Amino acid sequence: MANIMVRKDAAGAYSFYLPKRDLEDAIVTMEFDSAEKWGGEIRLNNGGAYYIEPQIPPARFPISLRARRVDAAE
Amino acid sequence: MSTLTREETEALIQEVLEVYPEKARKDREKHLAVNDQSVEQSKKCITSNRKSLPGVMTIRGCAYAGSKGVVWGPIKDMIHISHGPVGCGQYSRAGRRNYYVGTTGVDTFGTMNFTSDFQEKDIVFGGDKKLAKLINEIELLFPLHKGISVQSECPIGLIGDDIEAVSKKAAKEIDKPIVPVRCEGFRGVSQSLGHHIANDAIRDWVLDARDGAPFESTPYDVSIIGDYNIGGDAWASRILIEEMGLRVVSQWSGDGTLAEMEKTPKVKLNLLHCYRSMNYISRHMEEKYGIPWLEYNFFGPTKIAESLRAIAAHFDDKIKEGAERVIAKYQPMMEAVIAKYKPRLQGKTVMLYVGGLRPRHVIGAYEDLGMEVIGTGYEFAHGDDYDRTIKEMGNATLLYDDVTGFELEEFVKKLKPDLVGSGIKEKYVFQKMGIPLRQMHSWDYSGPYHGYDGFAIFARDMDMAISNPCWSKLVPPWKKLPETETAAELKKVA
Repeated sequence: MANIMVRKDAAGAYSFYLPKRDLEDAIVTMEFDSAEKWGGEIRLNNGGAYYIEPQIPPARFPISLRARRVDAAE
Repeated sequence: MSTLTREETEALIQEVLEVYPEKARKDREKHLAVNDQSVEQSKKCITSNRKSLPGVMTIRGCAYAGSKGVVWGPIKDMIHISHGPVGCGQYSRAGRRNYYVGTTGVDTFGTMNFTSDFQEKDIVFGGDKKLAKLINEIELLFPLHKGISVQSECPIGLIGDDIEAVSKKAAKEIDKPIVPVRCEGFRGVSQSLGHHIANDAIRDWVLDARDGAPFESTPYDVSIIGDYNIGGDAWASRILIEEMGLRVVSQWSGDGTLAEMEKTPKVKLNLLHCYRSMNYISRHMEEKYGIPWLEYNFFGPTKIAESLRAIAAHFDDKIKEGAERVIAKYQPMMEAVIAKYKPRLQGKTVMLYVGGLRPRHVIGAYEDLGMEVIGTGYEFAHGDDYDRTIKEMGNATLLYDDVTGFELEEFVKKLKPDLVGSGIKEKYVFQKMGIPLRQMHSWDYSGPYHGYDGFAIFARDMDMAISNPCWSKLVPPWKKLPETETAAELKKVA
């Protein structure tokens, strides 16, 4: 499990930040992104994948979350 | 020599790499790249933030340098103890020229060195008692200090001293904040981790001190983050931001105080200049307090105008008008500067090798003077810095990460730039090669270079370096004369 931070930019796109490794990247796909359910498996621009426990969408961004690494890049 | 094609630049990299043993060559190859603006992600072309190779001359610093030297050091009304042997503190003391106002030794302590001066017995028996004693002495001798930070040097982590416990206990006794910072030099691969550790220490020990305290805020409160006031930089930035109608609540950390840092969570927008060293705390404030942050660039009139407009876009029309007014006010002054220096500097080429933000931020300022940056690189950047750099640099220019002394020398020999912008360690190497160098860490004891006022000084300094008559005098006359004489004689005979 890793602590990550998810941001939302002005255009509404999500970006991912892993402070421990100072890894900043765009989130390309997110499994669930609706008003009821948010999270699931996320894919990053660099090819890595993480899993966020599906939940109701956070009221405010950025938000720090716990995520599980599914597939690391490199 | 900026006309190198992509193939030629690639060939140059290969040529320079040839001397390394195979393993080292493979590793170094990943850190050198030819810029391609079409690449969206830097990691496809350049690797960064990796351990330097043993045996090469790297120009990097350590985590202690990143914390004490960069982030904490400039906070003027706190005392920063270099906890450990005397050298780290003494040799890094006052070298960065973070200007401040105040009476040194009374209410400000920026250029002083406080150290626990570890001896063998402290390494063997631990230095906790010494630290506690030191804090009491500080309180007695410098009662006007606002707080203390304990900057760990390598031995503290090695022997496992509990500086947190000492700090907490002493903080209660003297009733002032004491911040233990675990920035031992051996952590990480460069000073970059020191910035991160320092940011985290501010987050954990300082930032929430005034949460809930009353504060008279205005809708125009901003803070300047990541400006270390080198040669007065932050002042040159601050006047522009104030002139456009904003209120600067805090400066991080050049000429900054502890109280300013504690008040930062009350601002409406964080203006981030040095992304590398302070993005961590900006992200934290965005999450915890909902304060957006904005990267800006105050080098050269083109970028300043862009940045002022971007800052104003976060506020109402009054500020937007203010930004236009400021730009219009300084435009004629900047035109005069450019008219004076551009003819002398037009077409000159520059190679940069610095840290933090400058390898990409100053490109605009050079371009305003008609100069071209043909190579740039960072000491301790991460991938996201190169993401930002690729767009600023021209195609087929050279990018080098954590460049070794040998590589930089070879690149400069081959590319023959008219000016190199780097630090003190490179200065005399290149000047003896006959290439002008300006120190872009400390502005070569000049400055400020930020803001409109700074650009005038920047332009003058670059002209001073390049147009200095000494560069044509590098070959002594007794070595020059026979050649020309024989040439003349030969002509006569012919």
